[in-house]
Amino acid sequence: MKRDECLKLIAKYHRDEIVVPVYQATFEWLAIKPEAPIFTAVGAMGQASSLALGFALGAPERRVMVFDGDGSLLMNLGTLVTIANAAPANLLHFVCENGTYEANGGHPIPAKDKVSFAGLARAAGYREAYEFADLHMLEAALPDILRATGPVFITLKVEAGASYPQDWAYMHGTAAREKFRVALRQPHRT
Amino acid sequence: MTQTESQSPTAAISGAAIVDAIKRSGVGFVVSVPDRVTSETVLRGIASDSALKLVRVCKEDEGVSICAALSFCDKRALLLMQNTGLLDSINALRGIAVEYNLPVVMMVGLLSHESVEPPVQSRRYGVRIVPLILDAMGIAYEFLHSAGDEQRIAPAIERAYADSKPLVLLIGRSPV
Repeated sequence: MKRDECLKLIAKYHRDEIVVPVYQATFEWLAIKPEAPIFTAVGAMGQASSLALGFALGAPERRVMVFDGDGSLLMNLGTLVTIANAAPANLLHFVCENGTYEANGGHPIPAKDKVSFAGLARAAGYREAYEFADLHMLEAALPDILRATGPVFITLKVEAGASYPQDWAYMHGTAAREKFRVALRQPHRT
Repeated sequence: MTQTESQSPTAAISGAAIVDAIKRSGVGFVVSVPDRVTSETVLRGIASDSALKLVRVCKEDEGVSICAALSFCDKRALLLMQNTGLLDSINALRGIAVEYNLPVVMMVGLLSHESVEPPVQSRRYGVRIVPLILDAMGIAYEFLHSAGDEQRIAPAIERAYADSKPLVLLIGRSPV
């Protein structure tokens, strides 16, 4: 599956869930659905899912989608146990698994094609864990997954898709965080 | 009035007073990896206090992010950990708290310091470097060790959230 095709599909069902993407997924979300409440400030080695847990705990009335990277998750594997223990019903933890440190030169992650991230999440205690390598199967399952009680873990076996503008300054800048802060204060529908 | 031991400037800070000060500061979430200095008198009190939501994490850098995210939801939080956990979390603090200007409040037990002496004078390398690193990172800190010091907790937390800056509350010896 192309990652951007997966994100476009998920964006079709997205209402006003908080979106916490990592690196390349951030640039794609910003292009696909810029009006979403997107938290882009995840630049600290694997912290996206921990930030997402904070949003899920702090705003239990909203649903939260994190789009982790496989390399990012490996830098913070304990997060799976922490999230499973905290058991936020409103958290959907996607991992875009491409087997590489894409933002750092495309080198392979350790245990590429051996580790099962959905298996790790299941063993950690997530309520549900899925793995998809086919876009049609993802599309068929997505409506139920998005309504499921969390924490739910979804591995997306992806490869890079189309190229998108990479505005690193915006990703880490004050404007993106302030836009997100304003979006959080809007009435929500999820 | 005769000065009792609990009123003496050298009497240790009370764990219950710390927990009360945390609650008075508007903190609703405590995120923690257990710390030997505060384990018995602070963390156990927090764990049994229904007014505080305790989030147990596997590693302290997770807590930096959780506290930062909660601030966007207008929820105050405190990350309770040991100086070793603080040292392990420096990159998360660098990125999430300092460079993004977010109010991450940390309470840090100084393992084996057990002294009212400033931590920079500690014989323990792992303690002595803590204030030097915080200074280098531009992170504000308070050193708490004796009865009455808990009164500095609420104003410091108030400043951290007003200024949207990280704050470290260093605990110099085991609270009673």
